[in-house]
Amino acid sequence: MDLFEYQGKQYFSRFGIAVSPGDIADTVDQAVEVADRVGYPVVVKAQVKVGGRGKAGGVKLAQDADEVRLHAGNILGLDIKGHVVHRVWIERSSEIAKEYYASFTLDRPNKVHLGMLSAQGGVEIEVVAEKNPDAIAFLSIDPVRGLDLATARRWVDEAELDQPAREQAAELLVKLYDCYTTGDCDLAEINPLILTPDGNVHALDAKVTLDENASFRHPEWEEFRATETEDPREKMAKEKGLNYIGLDGTVGIIANGAGLAMSTLDVVNQVGGTAANFLDIGGGANADVMASAMEVINSDPKVKVIFVNIFGGITLVDEVAKGVLEALGRVSISSPVVLRLDGTNAVEGREILAPHLSDKLMMEPTMLDAARRAVAFANA
Amino acid sequence: MSIFVDENTKVIVQGLTGGQGRFHGLRNRDYGTKVVGGVTPGKGGTDVDGVPVFNSVKEAVEATGATASFVVVPPKFATAAILEAAEGGITFIVCITEGIPAHDEAITYNRLVEEFPGVRLLGPNCPGIISPGKCNIGITSGDIALAGGPVGIVSRSGTLTYQALHELSQKGIGQTTCVGIGGDPVPGTNFIDCLRAFQDDPETKAVMMIGEIGGSEEERAAEWIKLNMTKPIVSYIAGVTAPPGRKMGHAGAIISGSKGTAQAKMEALAEAGVHVCNNPTEAGEKMVEIVKAL
Repeated sequence: MDLFEYQGKQYFSRFGIAVSPGDIADTVDQAVEVADRVGYPVVVKAQVKVGGRGKAGGVKLAQDADEVRLHAGNILGLDIKGHVVHRVWIERSSEIAKEYYASFTLDRPNKVHLGMLSAQGGVEIEVVAEKNPDAIAFLSIDPVRGLDLATARRWVDEAELDQPAREQAAELLVKLYDCYTTGDCDLAEINPLILTPDGNVHALDAKVTLDENASFRHPEWEEFRATETEDPREKMAKEKGLNYIGLDGTVGIIANGAGLAMSTLDVVNQVGGTAANFLDIGGGANADVMASAMEVINSDPKVKVIFVNIFGGITLVDEVAKGVLEALGRVSISSPVVLRLDGTNAVEGREILAPHLSDKLMMEPTMLDAARRAVAFANA
Repeated sequence: MSIFVDENTKVIVQGLTGGQGRFHGLRNRDYGTKVVGGVTPGKGGTDVDGVPVFNSVKEAVEATGATASFVVVPPKFATAAILEAAEGGITFIVCITEGIPAHDEAITYNRLVEEFPGVRLLGPNCPGIISPGKCNIGITSGDIALAGGPVGIVSRSGTLTYQALHELSQKGIGQTTCVGIGGDPVPGTNFIDCLRAFQDDPETKAVMMIGEIGGSEEERAAEWIKLNMTKPIVSYIAGVTAPPGRKMGHAGAIISGSKGTAQAKMEALAEAGVHVCNNPTEAGEKMVEIVKAL
């Protein structure tokens, strides 16, 4: 789960990481109120989960209430790469002497944690990595041993942060690592981490991705979940406990297993169609799950056809077939449905559906055939 | 032959008394796997359909001589169960649990490497391993596998593995061993571990490798293949059309920035001489062609 910048900063604060004082606002009036409270000058920052906000006009400096009114008015409702701004973060403007970069993430190939620290912050780290890889100090951290202050001190020396920043930065990095590990982040990134002219180090931005597998030990994540997605289809799927990702195409997809669901998207694409979603109904799917899945896909106005792709392993295909019938009886489905059923008890499953086949409910013997048929409907 | 497990492998099931543990554990036993015990703290002395239950892995190992364990416990307790298995003397651990936090997996993996270098962990979040006709540990349906080789299968996805087994079996092509390495970001066993074992196994003549977006294990495997693998490999990578930044069902199936794309993996594998196919059906057909020409 990706957090908004303001949520990331609030999360950082819990671990003692210094951020600029500020607050959120959903309206122009609120923005002025917050700005009056934190003190001018302030920065008005669009809260969207996409990079390049500054270039899109989503980050503005305001010297007084009139400027806050002007900028907040322009930014709220602004479309940044398809993300509409509904909320801004107002914070006290910081004077910047230097901009650094710091992050922790999992080094998957080596199965350890990877810290990245650079004295060249404020730009995308991918760009630094490409143009000047020596400007990044990489640190491999054994997850069993963790990161101590002595190592963090050597690390800031190696990254050649400015002398006045080093001790504070080392302390902040230990806190950021704590946030990353005990806070169960997939990514904890600060860009830029700044040094102010009066010698203070703090986080001017926050990019945090939480590991949803750890939700069971973080009840406090509930508030982040409420703002997680704007997509009404994803909201509905989430309420129904489905593993759903909304996409832009016209072929609605239901499959069992993440790999098969991904593969179904690919095959639809290969035969000239576009998927409307990713949806994995998981193992042992019953009629309820199938009905919920069909309901969510049916709510998508772009969907022209539903492709159900099932390979029974532990999931029994005859159970899936019963589920499809029950779902069709329970939910009024506007699009035609193309099925491909294979694996355990596939023969029984196909027999169950045979009497119900029509020009609205079709079955094909293979994944490719079914994809072609579905795409023919979608593109008709 | 087979890799990692065979007809002599004695298996205990951690979590045998739970719903899933009972269901899959007994299915594995009914397949012919030597399921010699179960472990559930506090339930020692009881049995599940004739399979004795012990209070700890250590007790179970002492009583049965088991060397493999099937971990079927919820995410909160799974890593402790894995470490208990290693401490209890188990050398091959299969963990099917989905939903373990990545940080717990990273700590567990590194503790195994540092403290128990002789132990192999398969998974977490994997369908398990089947050496058809000999041993089945996990949730793969034994019916869709065919004994006798000559194909080895290694895969990050469950259903795509079943699909591959099914397609080969239907065409009369058997499998030596089918290993599901799982879809999590810190897998205990990776592609290279399995490819190396298949390369060394005289009965395995060709390998089917099923990957997906996320991480760089496929690229690393490609490097290894280039230098070490002489047997033909057919590969399929899922997620060509997956959007970046979204976890596609599996915790490890995510394109981060420009890293972990299916395209990069397919290119790396093709460059290493692997037959890269565009969908599972095509991969099955290609494998049939290769096996017939052996």
